[in-house]
Amino acid sequence: MDTGNTAFVLLSAALVMLMTPGLAFFYGGMVRVKSVLNMLMMSFICLAVVTVLWVLYGFSMTFSTDAFGGLVGDLDWYGMRDIGVAELWDGYTIPVTVFAAFQLMFAIITPALISGAVADRTKFTAWALFVAFWVTLVYFPVAHWVWAADGWLFEKGVIDFAGGTAVHINAGIAALALVLVIGKRVGFKRDPMRPHNLPLVMIGAGLLWFGWFGFNAGSWLAADGVTGRALINTQIATAAAMLGWLFLEKIRDGHLTTLGAASGAVAGLVAITPACGALSPLGSIALGLVAGAVCAWAVGLKYRLGYDDSLDVVGVHLVGGVIGSLAPGLLATGHVQSDAKGLFYGGGFDQLGKQLIGVGAVLGYSFVVTYILGTVIHKTIGFRVSEDDEVAGIDRVEHAETGYDFAALGGSTRPTAGIGTATGAGAAAPADTKVDA
Amino acid sequence: MKLITAVIKPHRLDDVKNALQAFGVHGLTVTEASGYGRQRGHTEVYRGAEYQVDLVPKVRIEVLADDEDAEELLEVLVKAARTGKIGDGKAWIVPVDSVVRVRTGERGPEAL
Repeated sequence: MDTGNTAFVLLSAALVMLMTPGLAFFYGGMVRVKSVLNMLMMSFICLAVVTVLWVLYGFSMTFSTDAFGGLVGDLDWYGMRDIGVAELWDGYTIPVTVFAAFQLMFAIITPALISGAVADRTKFTAWALFVAFWVTLVYFPVAHWVWAADGWLFEKGVIDFAGGTAVHINAGIAALALVLVIGKRVGFKRDPMRPHNLPLVMIGAGLLWFGWFGFNAGSWLAADGVTGRALINTQIATAAAMLGWLFLEKIRDGHLTTLGAASGAVAGLVAITPACGALSPLGSIALGLVAGAVCAWAVGLKYRLGYDDSLDVVGVHLVGGVIGSLAPGLLATGHVQSDAKGLFYGGGFDQLGKQLIGVGAVLGYSFVVTYILGTVIHKTIGFRVSEDDEVAGIDRVEHAETGYDFAALGGSTRPTAGIGTATGAGAAAPADTKVDA
Repeated sequence: MKLITAVIKPHRLDDVKNALQAFGVHGLTVTEASGYGRQRGHTEVYRGAEYQVDLVPKVRIEVLADDEDAEELLEVLVKAARTGKIGDGKAWIVPVDSVVRVRTGERGPEAL
């Protein structure tokens, strides 16, 4: 065991955990005021549901010995019961428990990413159920393909440093499938649906950016030079993508927007994720500029094609994920994480071909399974709240709360019998006091 | 008695309040409002999608006055609120049948 590596991965696990609340704020600020709590909760519930499933069977499905053709792990480690405190796998310098904790955070944020596409309109129980089934049927197997030593994409030599395919393409295409199943928000393209709190979006983007250093650099599972390159590439591509997005906005719309800066940064983080261990710093600038500008253009597609990807999960995560996942095929230098070279570095089409296989496999599998899963939930318990409830506001209907107290609303409290009153009486008598105003 | 109502730009409120105080007005009511007149709203852009925002923030001021003071008070108010640019707002006077001071029950001009 290497204590330096172990310490860094432990801290990285905590950093990646923080990304899910960060994502919740990023999305929460972008919805209308009547949906902010539901949006936050759609991410937070993933922290709860996925953690429990990860312990029960998720870690085993993802990283236990391959059960079938590199497609999924077996269930020998259900309950994570036979993992020793300091147990090490061959070739690993950190304990299995630490690796499991780090990887858990990836499994949590991936379904949370999908939630932005279906904002304002899903029944919360249906969403929670979807998360449970989706990680089981889609995320755990795909993560096994990409990151388990005997996963089929890993064995093929597909480069995915920190989750361009398993996390971002996976969530992005699932978002598209789910939107096609459940349909548009009431008033899509007609009512103004502008973000209700851009400062919240900026806080979320900042937390995501911060946590992403754990996401990317931590994925090397060590604290060394490659880790350092992954970390600085993450910073570089994110900065360049913000510039790319803003540049396109300035030309097209005439303004440099706050939302554009935040979105560009996230697009850059997404794009550099699979490539941060393969590129040079200059290559990272190129990737970031392209990803920022292309994603800024791609978020407009939903209006032209007519699908209501509410917060642009497809435009940012799917498009950014594909660009980033193909990047090693073009820009891998052969000097960082491995000696595989991209097309522009004299490696020919070999690595690009492998990357295309990885991208295509995840696109196809995730879309089909998500579409079926979404349809089953939609046809049985129903995925959407009623139209009246959606218009009234999902926070009040699904959670019996509102995000902001804009003005004292009047009314009175009705303590539940037995709570808060010694006598257990229903309504407490109004306080008999006079105040001179 | 008359009720003077004005819908003006929010940043003119302090000047209007000071001018009315100097004129001798003892109290007024201010409400945050939104609306538009000839200037219409403005355009905002979010991820390339343009939104026409029709209603812009305004404040609505209400002041009660004696019949003989009303026109002069209106002039003072309008002068203080004016910037000369489009969107300065509107002000108007309507007659009031009766006024009661809630604390004492006084009626009519004594209640002002």
